[in-house]
Amino acid sequence: MTADGQITYREALREALREALSADDRVFLMGEDVGRYGGCYAVSKGLLAEFGPERIRDTPLSESAFVGAGIGAAIAGMRPVVEVMTVNFSLLALDQIVNNAATLRHMSGGQVGVPVVIRMATGAGRQLAAQHSHSLEAWYAHVPGLKVLAPATIPDARFMLGAALRDPDPVILFEHVMLYNASGPVPDGAGCEPIDRAVVRRAGRDVSLIAYGGTLAKALEAAEALAGDGIAAEVVDLRSLRPLDEATLLESVRRTRRAVVVDEGWRSGSLAAEISARLMEGAFWQLDAPVARVCAAEVPIPYARHLEQAALPQPAAVVAAAKAAMGAR
Amino acid sequence: MSEAVKPHLSSAHLLGLLRQMVRIRRFEAKCAELYQAEKIRGFLHLYDGEEAVAVGVEGQLRPEDSIVSTYREHGHALVRGLSMAAVMAEMLGKREGCSRGRGGSMHIFDVAARFYGGNAIVGGGLPLAVGLALATRMQRGPGISACFFGDGAVAEGEFHESMNLAALWGLPVLFVCENNLYAMGTALDRAQACTDLRGRAESYGMPALTVDGMNVVAVEAGAARAIAAIRSGGGPFFLECRTYRFRAHSMFDAQLYRERSEVEAWRARCPIRLLSGWLQDSGMAHAGQIAAIEAAVDSEIAEATAAAEAGEWEPVGDLARDVYAGGDRQ
Ligand SMILES: Cc1ncc(C[n+]2csc(CCOP(=O)(O)OP(=O)(O)O)c2C)c(N)n1
Ligand SMILES: [Mg+2]
Repeated sequence: MTADGQITYREALREALREALSADDRVFLMGEDVGRYGGCYAVSKGLLAEFGPERIRDTPLSESAFVGAGIGAAIAGMRPVVEVMTVNFSLLALDQIVNNAATLRHMSGGQVGVPVVIRMATGAGRQLAAQHSHSLEAWYAHVPGLKVLAPATIPDARFMLGAALRDPDPVILFEHVMLYNASGPVPDGAGCEPIDRAVVRRAGRDVSLIAYGGTLAKALEAAEALAGDGIAAEVVDLRSLRPLDEATLLESVRRTRRAVVVDEGWRSGSLAAEISARLMEGAFWQLDAPVARVCAAEVPIPYARHLEQAALPQPAAVVAAAKAAMGAR
Repeated sequence: MSEAVKPHLSSAHLLGLLRQMVRIRRFEAKCAELYQAEKIRGFLHLYDGEEAVAVGVEGQLRPEDSIVSTYREHGHALVRGLSMAAVMAEMLGKREGCSRGRGGSMHIFDVAARFYGGNAIVGGGLPLAVGLALATRMQRGPGISACFFGDGAVAEGEFHESMNLAALWGLPVLFVCENNLYAMGTALDRAQACTDLRGRAESYGMPALTVDGMNVVAVEAGAARAIAAIRSGGGPFFLECRTYRFRAHSMFDAQLYRERSEVEAWRARCPIRLLSGWLQDSGMAHAGQIAAIEAAVDSEIAEATAAAEAGEWEPVGDLARDVYAGGDRQ
C-alpha cells in the first residue's frame, strides 16, 4: 500500500492471498517461483517469509504436474491456489484442467468436487511476442465445469480470490499483465458484487461497450471520447467469463439498443462471438444496429511495439465502431 | 564413445574460440545498454558467463546440422554465423531483423543457417529437435540436430518425452543441457529430486557426459566426443555443461534467491578470463593479440548496431503477413 491510501492491482491480489492464507489453513499457494523469487509478476512477494515453505510452495517447471497436483489436493479437501506464470504456459497443463478439473464432478456422478483456484497472467502489451502474450480466456470459458473470472479493477483483484476459494468448483482467474501496476483507492469490500455478475462501470443510454480484463480500461477511454462527441456510452464489465451474466448484458443492450464488444482474444471463435450470439438471441428485436466487435487481429502477437499495438483492440477502434453503430439505423 | 578426439590446442584455434566468446559478451553488453535506452523491449535474457557452451559445442557442428535453442539464444545465433546486424535489428524490432521484427530477443530464426529458433516455452524446442533429426533420418541426410536447454527444462514432461522418443528411435540428436544451477529463482536442488542430471539420460539408455561449462576447451572436447558418437550411428547423446549466469535471469530480477558471494565466486571462473589467462600464461598469445580481437569485435558491434538502427519499421499494413504461407497474402 502506498502512503496516499492507494493500492496497486498487484498489491490487491497479494492482500487477497494473505487474507485467504490467514483465514483458512487448507489454503496454500504453489507455482513456479512464487516463493524465493517473489512471483514472476511479484504478486506473492513477501508471502514466503510470512507463511513459510509448506504453504508457499515453489514448484519445478512442470505445469502439468503441479496444476494436476493442485487438482488432486483440492479433491482431498485442501484449498490450493495454483499460479501459472502466463496463459501460454497453461497450455502444458490444459489436459489436467480440461480433462480432470472440469470433468471430475460430473464424470463421478457428483462424488468428486474440485475446489481449486488457478491464477494466471494473460494478455499482451509488454512486447513479449507470440509465446507470452496471448489471450486464451475463451478457450477456458468454452468448458463446462470450469468457472472463469477476469478481475479488471482493484476491488475485484482484492475480493474475487476469496469468493473463488469459497466456490466448490474449479475457478480460473485471469490477471491481465497490463493491470498489475494499475492503482486505486484501497477497497473495503462493502458493495462488492457477487463474482458471477457483470457490472455496469459507466452508465449511458446510446450504446453498450462490453469489455473484460485488459479491455475494460480501453472501453472506458473510448466512452470518455464518445462523450466528447455527445454519445453516451454505457460500459459493461463482464467480470465472469463463464458463466456469462446474460441478464445484465441483455438489460443494458435492450436499453441502449446498440452494442460493441471489446475483446483481446482473436475474433474467430472469441468470447466476443459468443456474446454477440447471445445478444442476437435475446435482444434481436431491440437492436438498432448489428452487434459490433473490436478484437485482436488474427495474428500471433508480434514483438515490435507498433505491430503489437496494431494487433490489439484500441480505444480509437472502439469509438469508430460505436459511431458506426450510431449511424447505422 | 571410445574414439579419442584430439583437441586442437593451436594458438590460432584458441584465439578463434576466444574471439567468439568476446563477440557474444560484448554484443550482449550493447544489448543491455540498448535495453536501458528502451530501444530493446520485452524480455532480454543475457548469456553472460555461459558463452563457452555455445562456442565449444557449435564449433563442432557442420552446416548441415540443425540447431534449436531457447530464449537465451543470442550467443547460439551469433556463433552459428547469423548476421550480427540482422540479430540486432531483430532486437530493435526492425523489418530487417532476422525474424522481421516479429520475434524479438527470444525468437531469433535463420533457416538458411538451420537455426530453428529461440523458443520461449521452456522445453518447447526439444520435440522440434527430435523431429528435425527424424526428418534427417527419413531423408537419409547427413546432419544431426542439436538442442540447447536449461536445467529447468529437465523437469518438464516434454524433456522426458523427447529423450525417450529420440532414444527409442535412435535419432541423431545432441541434447545440450546448460546447467547454470538456476531456473529463474529456483535452484537446481530445489527443483530436482536427483541433481545429477546425467542420470536422466541413463534411464533412457542414452550415453551422457558432464563437462565444465566454464572451460571452452573442455566443452569442445566433450562435444566432439558426443557428436562423433552420434555421427557414427550411436543415437542421441546427452551433454551436460555445468555453467553459471552472471547476471539476472532477465532484465527484471532482484536476485533475491542467491548470494552475491556465490556470483562473485563464479565470476572468478569467467570463461573468457580463463582462456585469455591461459593463452597469456602459456605464452601462446600476448596481450596485444587479445586487445586486437576486442577492438575488432567492438567495431563489428558498432557497425551492426548502426546498420540495425538504420533499419525500417515494417508497415502496419503488413501486420498479418506470414501467418500462412504466401508472404503477404492472408
Ligand atoms: C513452460 C514454461 N514455463 C515457465 C516459463 C517461464 N520461464 C522462463 S525461463 C524460466 C526458467 C528456465 O530455467 P532453465 O531451463 O534452467 O534455463 P535458464 O533460464 O537458466 O537458461 C522460466 C520459469 C516458460 N517460459 N515456459
Ligand atoms: Mg538454468
